Formats: sequence, C-alpha cells, structure tokens
Amino acid sequence: MAQQLKWQLGTVVETRQETPEVKSLILDVPDWTMHLAGQHVDVRLTVEDGYQAQRSYSIASPPEDKYLMLTVEHIEDGEVSPYLTDELRVGDRIELRGPIGGYFVWNPRDRKSEGSPLFLVAGGSGIVPLMAMIRHRANSHNEVPTKLLYSSRSYADIIYREELDRISANDSSLRVIHTLTRRQPQNWMSYERRIDRAMLAETAWQPAEKPIAFTSGPTALVETVANHLLELGYKPECIKTERFGPTGD
Amino acid sequence: MAEKFISRGFKGRGRETATALNERIPPGQYETKDFPVLSAGPTPRTSLERWDFSIYGEVAKDLKWTWAEFRKLPRETVMVDIHCVTKWSKLDTVWTGVSVDTLLKGIDLDAQPAVGYLVAFCDGGYTTNLSLAAVRGGKAWVVDEYDGRPLAPEHGGPARLLVPHLYFWKSAKWVRGFKLISEDRPGFWESLGYHNYGDPWKEQRYTGD
Amino acid sequence: MRDNNLRLDGNAAGGLLNEIFRFEMTAAEATCRGCGTTRPIGELILYRHGMGATLRCASCDTALIRITNIRGYYRLDLSGMSCLQIEADIH
Repeated sequence: MAQQLKWQLGTVVETRQETPEVKSLILDVPDWTMHLAGQHVDVRLTVEDGYQAQRSYSIASPPEDKYLMLTVEHIEDGEVSPYLTDELRVGDRIELRGPIGGYFVWNPRDRKSEGSPLFLVAGGSGIVPLMAMIRHRANSHNEVPTKLLYSSRSYADIIYREELDRISANDSSLRVIHTLTRRQPQNWMSYERRIDRAMLAETAWQPAEKPIAFTSGPTALVETVANHLLELGYKPECIKTERFGPTGD
Repeated sequence: MAEKFISRGFKGRGRETATALNERIPPGQYETKDFPVLSAGPTPRTSLERWDFSIYGEVAKDLKWTWAEFRKLPRETVMVDIHCVTKWSKLDTVWTGVSVDTLLKGIDLDAQPAVGYLVAFCDGGYTTNLSLAAVRGGKAWVVDEYDGRPLAPEHGGPARLLVPHLYFWKSAKWVRGFKLISEDRPGFWESLGYHNYGDPWKEQRYTGD
Repeated sequence: MRDNNLRLDGNAAGGLLNEIFRFEMTAAEATCRGCGTTRPIGELILYRHGMGATLRCASCDTALIRITNIRGYYRLDLSGMSCLQIEADIH
C-alpha cells in the first residue's frame, strides 16, 4: 500500500449513544477511500491559536458502509474524547486521516488467512475494530467459524450488545461469549471475572485448527490474552494485538 | 496556502495563556496547574536496596552512594518554577534533595579544568548532557521528594535530577549518576534535534536556536 | 485518568510512520538489536508525547525507533533496530 495519507474533513451526520460512556459518530467523508476491517483513523482537533491535539480511533463501520463510524469512549479527564462525545454535534466537521494500519486487519480475501477460524477477544472499547470485522463478515455472508470473547464492566456497558445478539442469533458460525467483571444482572449465566488463562482455555479455538486471534482493549488485558494464548500453543504470528492504553477495567 | 481547519468548540487541555504581566513565564510558554508526565519508556521500578548514585568519568576519583548514604547527605528544600519545552510552565514547585554542589564536593574539579561536561544517566536508558557550569553554584539538585512526599515513580522516583533554569527535559528522571567528560556529548533528545543547552529564557528549544 | 500519555503500540504510530515513509509501515517487521526478537512494528510499544515518539521492543524495552519532528524535519534514530523487513509490492 504505497499511499501517503492526507488530512481530510468528515461531517457528523448522526450520533448514537451506545452506552452511558460510549458514543458513536457517523461521518460523511466525501474523499474516503476503501478501508479494511481493523484499521483506524487519526483525528486532529485544532484551537484558534493553532494548538492541536491528535488521537487514534478505530473504525467501527465495515468497508462496504456508505458512512464512516467511529465509536468513542468518554475518558474522564481526557483531552480529546470528551470533545467528541459531549461537544460535537450533527453538522460539525472533524479533521481525520486514514485508513491507517496494515497489521491489525482482517481481510477475508487474504489467502494467508483463508479458512482460519477467528478468535476475537475484546476489552471494553477494544470491541470497536473487532465489530468492524464482525459486521464485514456478516455483510459478506462469510461463515468462517468465529468466536468473540468480550469483557465489559457491566451489562449496561456492553457496546453494540443488541446488534451482537441479533447477528449471532442469525448465524450459527458466530458465537459471542460475554464476561462482566464488576456487576452482573440477576440470572447472569456467563462469566463474571476478568479474562484469565482458564477462561481462554475454555473458549479459544484449539491451535490445531490454525486459528487467528485478534485482541484489543486495555494494555494489561491485551498483554494477558496474548501471553496466555502463546502458552496455550498459539503461534506468535497468529496473534494480533492492539493496545488502547490503560482505560477500561 | 490552505487555511487551517478550526474545530468548533474545542479548547484543548486547560492552557491558561500567560499574561504579559507574568515575567515568571518564559517566552512561548503557558502556565499549567497540572503536572503532566512525559515519558519515553516504561517507568523503572528500582528498589531502594538496589539503588545507588555514582559519579565517575574523566576524573581521578569515583564516587558512589547507596540510598541510605544518599539520604544522610545535607539536604535542602527549594521552591522553583519549571518549564517544559512542550510549552507548559509550572510555578512554585517544591522539591527536596541534595545539591549537585554537595555531590561534586568529593571531586577536585579545579584540578581538571578540561572536564567541562557531564552526561546524566538513568534507569531505563535515558541520558541528558549538561555543562558543569549549568549544574554548579546552587543551580541543580538530585531530589527524592516532591511537595514534601517521596517522589512518585512516574515523576522520576526514587530520585531525579532537577535543573530548573533549563528546559525540564534536562531534569532527568530516574537518575543514577553522572559521567564527567571533557567533550560535550548529546543525550537522548539532544541527539535528535533538541538544544544542547536549553535555556528557556533564550527559547533554546532546538539545535541552532 | 488522562489520555495524553497512554502506553499504546505501533498501530497508533501508523499515521506518523505513514507521514515519514509515505507508505504503510505497521506490518513491516523489525528485529531488536537488544534481544534479537523480530516482530511487526504494530507490536512495538509506543511512547509518544510533545517532544517525540519512541517505539520499544515489547520483550526487552530497547528503543528500536526514535522520532522527532522539528521545524519541518523528521529525525530518526534506528540504531536499536538491526533489521527492518518490508514486503515488496509485486504486481
């Protein structure tokens, strides 16, 4: 991919509150080129006096969508995220650059990963790039066996919960497994703790099935998952990681 | 030339603009009440049992203190302003530690006038270079307390260098010693374009300033 | 919790690396001079703030790539990297 990226403007056409702390921005980016599931954009904010702040946000929308979706977690005392979640309105424009990333991407047409079952592990807002993959997989009627292990603080904090329920209900080759680490509703039947080796041993594909794992979320979670998958026999080149910093649980 | 796009309603992290009245703020800086942490690597966690501070190099004598020995040296508390090259300045910060003059006392520097510089080296590999003149005469300290409390690891604890009259990248965190040299040698940031000396009042941010 | 000094990885440096190298670099593989591990740049640990960016080995913390951007020039110190492998485009 030989292409120097340029800053371009996107207009907010819709905002969607996903959970109390997380909001999606749907953007019309006229000059957008196609992206791959898993890629991200850099967003740049500028003050009148020239001061700039820049952050990266994963693209939540699959490549075939008309608009670009970014899903942003409001970080307490953050510099950029509160602006995006609390200040930005429909009609506003933001400056962004992308798509960025050739490592943390899932391309079903890539022959190297053809047929490999997918093991997706997300912590908190780490679900965003994996959701682009899940949406793309659903839109392409792709049936590669896929499991999502998704860690959230509580039921109300599960981003895209209804959509995940709906997609997995209609697709027996996708299985979604939740773990809630802080609070669980009554009658909760799934995991109730942080992701650990035992949970991964119970949920991950066997190494013999030649799986590919994508894990994203808080740094500590990503490193824990990657290390345990190695211990369970995954090959290092089959574990792709994206650290979102120390946010989340 | 394309006009810069301004983000409606974005103000940036609390940057109170310096008023002309405040002659304590060097040119191009703004005052912050925060204490931003800028690190180029993981926070080292050196235990006090393993910590020591050394001075060696092109001098006749090597010096070394364990933590216990360091803590027994004459200490002072100072209130200084600090200025980061990324443009924030923080006024009236309070530090406690040992003056670099005290640390250099055991070395007869007058007998070796060719030795004019030092490289401060740190856990994690960070280095910064300084002239001896910049750290002598009550201008620099190795400090282990901030605001009366033990220096937190993310701010450089157990001990960091404090050279408030220069940009704050010279106040090396996690400092473990000085190598005394006769030829100036650019450190971690200086070798990639930051100024060798770094006087904020002359806005010496980058090489050539 | 502040978001200006997060411990991210080479993925987050993708935009900066694209500015410098003019093409996608996060999948390129770098060998660490410190411990010999080879891994994609996306897996290096990124420390980035107003002075510059540092990409370190996830195994031994050696700085493989150090970058500043001063007055219109990028400066890179690549001395911590003993090999950089980039897939050639074959069409």
